[in-house]
Amino acid sequence: MATLKELAQVEERFVGGHRLCAGCGHGISVRMVLNALENDENVVVGCATGCLEVASTIYPYTAWNCSFIHNAFENAAATISGVEAAYRSLKKQGKLKDDFKFVAFGGDGGTYDIGLQSLSGAMERGHKMVYVCLDNGAYMNTGIQRSSATPIGADTTTSPAGKVIPGKQQPRKDLAALIAAHNIPYVAQTAISNWQDVHKKAKKAFEVDGPAFINILSPCPRGWRYNTPDIVDLVKKAVETRFWPLYEVEDGKWKLNSKPKKYVSVEEFLKPQGRFKHVFAPGNEDLLKRIQEEVDKQWLALLERCGEEPELPPR
Amino acid sequence: MLSRKIMLMQGNEACVEGALAAGMRFFAGYPITPSTEIAEIAAERLPKVGGKFIQMEDELASMGAVVGASLAGLKAMTATSGPGFSLKQENIGFACLTEVPCVVVNVQRGGPSTGLPTLPAQGDVMQTRWGTHGDHPIIVISPSSVREVYDMTIRAFNLSEKYRVPCILLMDEVVAHMRERVELPDKSSIDIINRKKVASTLSDYKPYMDYDSDGIPPMANFGDGIPFHVTGLIHDISGFPSTNPKVTEDLINRLMNKINNNIGDIIEYEKLYMEDAETVIVTFGCTARSVLSAIRVLRQEGLKIGMLRLKTIWPFAHIAIKELMQSSVNTLIVAEMNYGQLLETVKASAEGAFRIYGLNKYNGELITPQEVIDKVREVAEYA
Repeated sequence: MATLKELAQVEERFVGGHRLCAGCGHGISVRMVLNALENDENVVVGCATGCLEVASTIYPYTAWNCSFIHNAFENAAATISGVEAAYRSLKKQGKLKDDFKFVAFGGDGGTYDIGLQSLSGAMERGHKMVYVCLDNGAYMNTGIQRSSATPIGADTTTSPAGKVIPGKQQPRKDLAALIAAHNIPYVAQTAISNWQDVHKKAKKAFEVDGPAFINILSPCPRGWRYNTPDIVDLVKKAVETRFWPLYEVEDGKWKLNSKPKKYVSVEEFLKPQGRFKHVFAPGNEDLLKRIQEEVDKQWLALLERCGEEPELPPR
Repeated sequence: MLSRKIMLMQGNEACVEGALAAGMRFFAGYPITPSTEIAEIAAERLPKVGGKFIQMEDELASMGAVVGASLAGLKAMTATSGPGFSLKQENIGFACLTEVPCVVVNVQRGGPSTGLPTLPAQGDVMQTRWGTHGDHPIIVISPSSVREVYDMTIRAFNLSEKYRVPCILLMDEVVAHMRERVELPDKSSIDIINRKKVASTLSDYKPYMDYDSDGIPPMANFGDGIPFHVTGLIHDISGFPSTNPKVTEDLINRLMNKINNNIGDIIEYEKLYMEDAETVIVTFGCTARSVLSAIRVLRQEGLKIGMLRLKTIWPFAHIAIKELMQSSVNTLIVAEMNYGQLLETVKASAEGAFRIYGLNKYNGELITPQEVIDKVREVAEYA
């Protein structure tokens, strides 16, 4: 287990100079993941189109202290697949001596939606790469459109909360479970409020012999509309309310990493966010109930997969 | 007296308003700059008129859904930009072959690849014509102002419904994001064309039979009670696959002739300051705005300059170029925000009749009126 002191001494691969918004989760997430690499480890980073790519590579600056490739929106996993496969070939032929790690970052749009096919292919082929999804639950780079990661009830520009339809009507896709079904060595869901958890999972992901996938909750101040300094507290609430449980799937074995001790209603996570403001308006009580039911349902399913007692904490 | 509806409107907004006026009741989209507002506004507006908006998981899916919805009987549209337009190509080809009416809006941005997502360009001229593989018919029209976006979106639906061919509304970032004072026409004054339906007296419907000898088969909707077969394979009049050379040739000929035999109806262009013009600037879209202000300056100096603005990009307006051959024109300048895509077509069309120069810009910035003026003066020196 790394201490903060040790972490402060690692060579940063994602450095200052980027123009991500104040209170954005992406920069924190990327640093935490890449800081799990050893100082002498080389890394190639692939990045899907999105805020991270746009804000970290504004000419003539770059925030990437490593090799970096941005291809398109849908193919970060495919592009890194090619790099990794060529590397293995060169290595086998003795034409390359150094060791490399490969990581691809995508937002939820570029991972849950348009990049899912590319990601699935890479996972199935077994490339030794880490795919990290920075999940902020909508297409934030183009101005907050719903994605299949958008939680039920959220207000986005293409699932606007109106009088008749109060925001997005569908629950979010369970991506980590979907990737786990590829039977790859390592799948994890983590959150920046638990930095030890992120660090540990990133380390495991880099170390396994094969593909690894990490889903990180990465709040967006523009899309979620929260007070920017409260980002980490908000993520903490996502974990405490079981909206975003921390778990991992190692070689097919599901494990819950932290079980919230007391029951906290999902309201606590929703309330500080403007995208859920309408949920608390009179007349939308059913919507709030539906959101809680969805969280409870997912939580129970997760408990079962992890072999835990299938019960909800007392309300 | 009719009340006048005057408003300040963005190009992308006018596109949705025009589409709704034309009868659009289905939109499948995917976010991409600089077309996203079209999806956003459609998401808000369509449910209020009993229409359906769906956001799909990518551009391939959006185009697929549009084809499906149109077969089900709704007027359907999608909107995108360069990278997304590339992804839609396979499904556009499917719609061309299966003759499914639909409107595809392409708000051009700088390319290739992710290119310049927030900056204007006109680099998709050739892609709109030949982006999908194989010989296929297509109609491409391009507006220069916000009001024209409204009118041309309606026209795109009308052409698409009339000829059962995908119609591409080729916009650019400037026209899409520009806000202008717009006066919208009264709804009763708008001509709406709907696809040709199957006569109720018809038995044994053949979905691709040229019943009316105009090359355009009547179209049943899925759900009309007339089952029919749709496939992306080459098919005979029954809609079922065939590899017969005669069937194949007849089908391709009929598809191409839907356009070729109706050039006069499909092609629109605007000529300005042409009466005594010796030099004509051929242009379209946002560039036409700079060209027009340049011409006004040059005309005050007594230079004989005119403008040919293409409103229909494909099929190409060869007729407009031929007309110039019968006039005082001796020089053409093709002004476009790309490396010279239309230039080559104009040259081929002119068959050596004029001195032809390109005014090309592909750095994400507009061609300015001054640059047009400079080009005209530069070209005058060659004479």
